[in-house]
Amino acid sequence: MGTTGTPEMHRADAADEMRLIARIRAGEQQAMSELYDRYSGVVYGVVLRVLQDAAAAEDVLQDIFLQLWRKPDAFDSSRGSLAAWLAVIARHRAIDRLRQRRPETDLEEVVIASGTDLRDETERTLVIEKVRAVLAEMNDDQRKALELAYFQGLTHTEIADKTGEPLGTIKTRIRSGLQLLRAKLA
Amino acid sequence: MKTHEQFADDLALYALNEMSGTELREIKQHLDTCAACRRELQSLRNDLGLLGLSAVGPRPPVRSKERLMRAIAAEPRGSSSALSPVGAPRRTFWLAWVPAAIALAAIIFAIGLKQTNRSLNDQLAELRNRYNDQKIQLTQAQEHMRLLLAPDAVHVSLTPPKAGKQPNATAIVSPSQNRMTLMASNLPPVPPGKAYELWVIPPQGAPVAAGVFKPDEHGNAMMLDHRMPAGVQAKTFALTVEDEAGSDKPTSPIVIVGSMGEGQ
Repeated sequence: MGTTGTPEMHRADAADEMRLIARIRAGEQQAMSELYDRYSGVVYGVVLRVLQDAAAAEDVLQDIFLQLWRKPDAFDSSRGSLAAWLAVIARHRAIDRLRQRRPETDLEEVVIASGTDLRDETERTLVIEKVRAVLAEMNDDQRKALELAYFQGLTHTEIADKTGEPLGTIKTRIRSGLQLLRAKLA
Repeated sequence: MKTHEQFADDLALYALNEMSGTELREIKQHLDTCAACRRELQSLRNDLGLLGLSAVGPRPPVRSKERLMRAIAAEPRGSSSALSPVGAPRRTFWLAWVPAAIALAAIIFAIGLKQTNRSLNDQLAELRNRYNDQKIQLTQAQEHMRLLLAPDAVHVSLTPPKAGKQPNATAIVSPSQNRMTLMASNLPPVPPGKAYELWVIPPQGAPVAAGVFKPDEHGNAMMLDHRMPAGVQAKTFALTVEDEAGSDKPTSPIVIVGSMGEGQ
């Protein structure tokens, strides 16, 4: 599948990702460079969406990859997808920054279930399109509740105050929104 | 204290880092003991990761990577910097390799130790998870036992609705008085000239006839305060269909049977 003058492309699989993490664990800087090329877009996209500030987003991006360099074992490569794990970490760290508080989540604490395979960039792009389609499919209230909680870091109480809806309704919307996402991507 | 369902309802809040104070402490304690909630939390985090992917698009500026790689180079760890000295002059004199070889051996040993440590940590985490799961299973088993041994526990037999009513009978026997009462129900009607015959079967020896009777149109029958056959140690009771005059020995299959000591 390789083309003249470009490095040969290959599908990233689980073993490939585990090898990459193992190389980082062994202190190989080139492996970190490859990991950054593969996933910096995921981290930066999430962080920028939360912070709406490119300079601040760069700082958080830097901090997350540096943390991963220091603690490569924080991610359990035998389990969930590194892309999804990084997206969760990115969201949490960006919200911490937004709220001007110290990071509240240790990398090791975030354990995710093995779900959709996001290692291969082509497949990841397809999943991203699916996620956006599911969000577009949701009713406005449900999507708004999810976005306020996830990207703006508002608590359920703050969302209830902002929208004038009962707290229970907000909880239900967020929960059912995530359930819908899971069902559609299963 | 919250119930499992209440904790399960709040898992999305926890996954979004929205909890604090007592709520946070309680849900963490619950997660330590609830494998189902731990699994659901991991799935919710995967959902949140997928949701985050919807924001993918803008790429970080090139300088970001340069900055990161500079920062990484400033804090090398593991063996890479020692094994791959960028631009370091090559020494040809063999003695120069001795300290390098010692250093390499030390590094390999350190890596080995680190990997062993990591492996032990993984095993510890796995054992902790298994311990928590088994603790939950033990609690569930204890709950089951508590139900089974409850003084007010009632046993209810359920049968398929189409199975129809099964013939049954209860015999109340007093060996000291040599008397008994039999109450039967749901007995199928007997052909003309036939009747049910009660048999008393001793622990050893042949069945002894103990009386004949015919059920009413609803299949019910009673032998009240009935004298037991003399000199027979009753152990088992059975009903067969015989001539209405009675038979000396059973000539048809047993309809129902029961022994003393059963069903008490």
